[in-house]
Amino acid sequence: MSIKAKAINTNSLPDANGHFGPYGGRFIPETLMGPVEELRQAYEDLRNDPAFLAELDRDLAQFVGRPSPLYHAERWSKQLGGAQIYLKREDLNHTGAHKINNTVGQALLARHMGKTRVIAETGAGQHGVASATVAARFGMECVVYMGSEDIKRQAINVYRMKLLGAEVVPVESGSKTLKDALNEAMRDWVTNIDNTFYIIGTVAGPHPYPMMVRDFQAIIGREARAQILDQAGRLPDALVACVGGGSNAIGLFHPFLSDTGVAMYGVEAAGEGLETEHHAATLCKGRPGVLHGNRTYLIEDADGQIIETHSISAGLDYPGVGPEHAWLKDSGRATYVAITDDEALAAFHALTRTEGIMPALESSHALAYATKLAPTMDQDKIIIVNLSGRGDKDIHTVAAREGIKV
Amino acid sequence: MSRIKSCFDALRRDKRKALIPYVTAGDPQPDVTVSLMHAMVEAGADIIELGVPFSDPMADGPVIQAACERALKHHVSLRNVLGMVREFRTRNGHTPVVLMGYLNPVEVMGYAEFARAADEAGVDGVLTVDLPPEEAEALVTELRTRHLDTIFLLAPTSSAERIARICAMASGFVYYVSLKGVTGVASIDVSTVATKLQQIRALTDLPIGVGFGIKDAASAAQVAAVADAVVVGSTLVKKVGEFAGQPEKIEKEVVSLLAEMRRAIDAVK
Repeated sequence: MSIKAKAINTNSLPDANGHFGPYGGRFIPETLMGPVEELRQAYEDLRNDPAFLAELDRDLAQFVGRPSPLYHAERWSKQLGGAQIYLKREDLNHTGAHKINNTVGQALLARHMGKTRVIAETGAGQHGVASATVAARFGMECVVYMGSEDIKRQAINVYRMKLLGAEVVPVESGSKTLKDALNEAMRDWVTNIDNTFYIIGTVAGPHPYPMMVRDFQAIIGREARAQILDQAGRLPDALVACVGGGSNAIGLFHPFLSDTGVAMYGVEAAGEGLETEHHAATLCKGRPGVLHGNRTYLIEDADGQIIETHSISAGLDYPGVGPEHAWLKDSGRATYVAITDDEALAAFHALTRTEGIMPALESSHALAYATKLAPTMDQDKIIIVNLSGRGDKDIHTVAAREGIKV
Repeated sequence: MSRIKSCFDALRRDKRKALIPYVTAGDPQPDVTVSLMHAMVEAGADIIELGVPFSDPMADGPVIQAACERALKHHVSLRNVLGMVREFRTRNGHTPVVLMGYLNPVEVMGYAEFARAADEAGVDGVLTVDLPPEEAEALVTELRTRHLDTIFLLAPTSSAERIARICAMASGFVYYVSLKGVTGVASIDVSTVATKLQQIRALTDLPIGVGFGIKDAASAAQVAAVADAVVVGSTLVKKVGEFAGQPEKIEKEVVSLLAEMRRAIDAVK
């Protein structure tokens, strides 16, 4: 495996209309254009406002617990016998994943816009929990849309959201999963635009969401870049992060885009295998189309209907992907690969037993790819893996898969 | 001249308002649709809006979502819908047919191929719900090449600047969404609609259709008093859904609703 990195200027994207090359944009009904434009304007006014950024920094430090550590997994690196692996510990954030970086930012924005009610979609429940958390803190009404299939699979997160005061609305339409929850949240938003702010959890949706969520998540890469310079005295050779919608990966990648010597690997869910129909590897196996307000790669049938995806990790189980990833793929700046359920599980166990860190199944996909990549590189090379979330939420899935009753 | 323009010109001459029923193609099963289209014309439909089923109908409420799901169980594709229009045209050469749907199935077919196939099937206009004018140029160009009308939505939240921009890209008619929300959920507030329509008329000469929230003959008549066309969707589709298990009864049920609306609209002077 070679480390590749091309020099392109991707930092100026998206353009004024939210395009990343041919991807992104705004593919929404006219009824949503008003609220989306209001949001874009509000974000544009605040994104470089020193007072807003100071407020955000304070919340990230004191409420989320940032900066998250960059941890050199020495024992595991030695075991793999190649490059040194550093883990960006987003699992140590409040609520246990990177999702809170974005919900804190959007909730502050909602408050500045005078909105009193927030809504969110969620698949595994992590973004729902992160949204319910910030809503509780700001005393906002919170409604979370969740596919009824996902509600069955993620009972603990559903209860967690309810404890935080959120209303969890089961979505019975379509495949009853994340994509349908997103449709339903859009429908709520268009009906209640006067008082409602829609907190999208990933780098998808109509402009400005892919840009805004990226900006809020880019704290991951900014910290990691400074931390590796401090700890190793140089930039890494490769970055590895899992990609469902792609928010943790963009968060890590974006501040390194101009560092042409840094290779980037986005790891999708191969589920039961890319050769089967049971995967969620949108960039590896999909093709460009339009869904949820943006043009991007999709998993769809020959007629353009969106089809159900599969992954052991609910957070990667999405038939679309952020438009910036579509652009990074086509431009060659990042490489997208896929890891199966079984490979992810093996990495889950390996990290737990070797380093005493239990990763989320989503992050386990990135770790599994690192186990393939590291041995192909010399021991003085450096890989940073985004450990996007902690694995406590997944222990029932792991146990059930292995025939163990907890 | 397009069938849609001729239709509105004729209605204007007769001082009548257009009734535009919407049904989802292939709901609840593919063999119902063409016959239902003919029956709706006989019941007084001036233009037919035919919904192209999509797996993720973001702008639609539960009624039309369910219709899409029923049709998709039969794998009704965009090409199948075009086939239905072609079949409809063998017995009806004058009633305009507008396809209403989402962009992705059109993306998959390709804009030029879609425009060609739609024209050949006898489609008159295309309304792509999730395609605002900012992103629409490429598709509009292809549709124009085939002399198909491009119909766009206007919303209560559309600014004067946007209305002007949208109307510049639109042809045939424009479709004013009468309320904040999705199809078929809330009820229409006619006085608010009337005020907005005045603003729109100052910016375009295109006929204005009004839809979303028209539930019965009374609200259809109220809308007909201020708009050029009344679009009725969820109320009819709900009926189709109620009789999904007895498809032979669907035509009679839909026709009776539609005929009642026709009478109410025609009573408005």
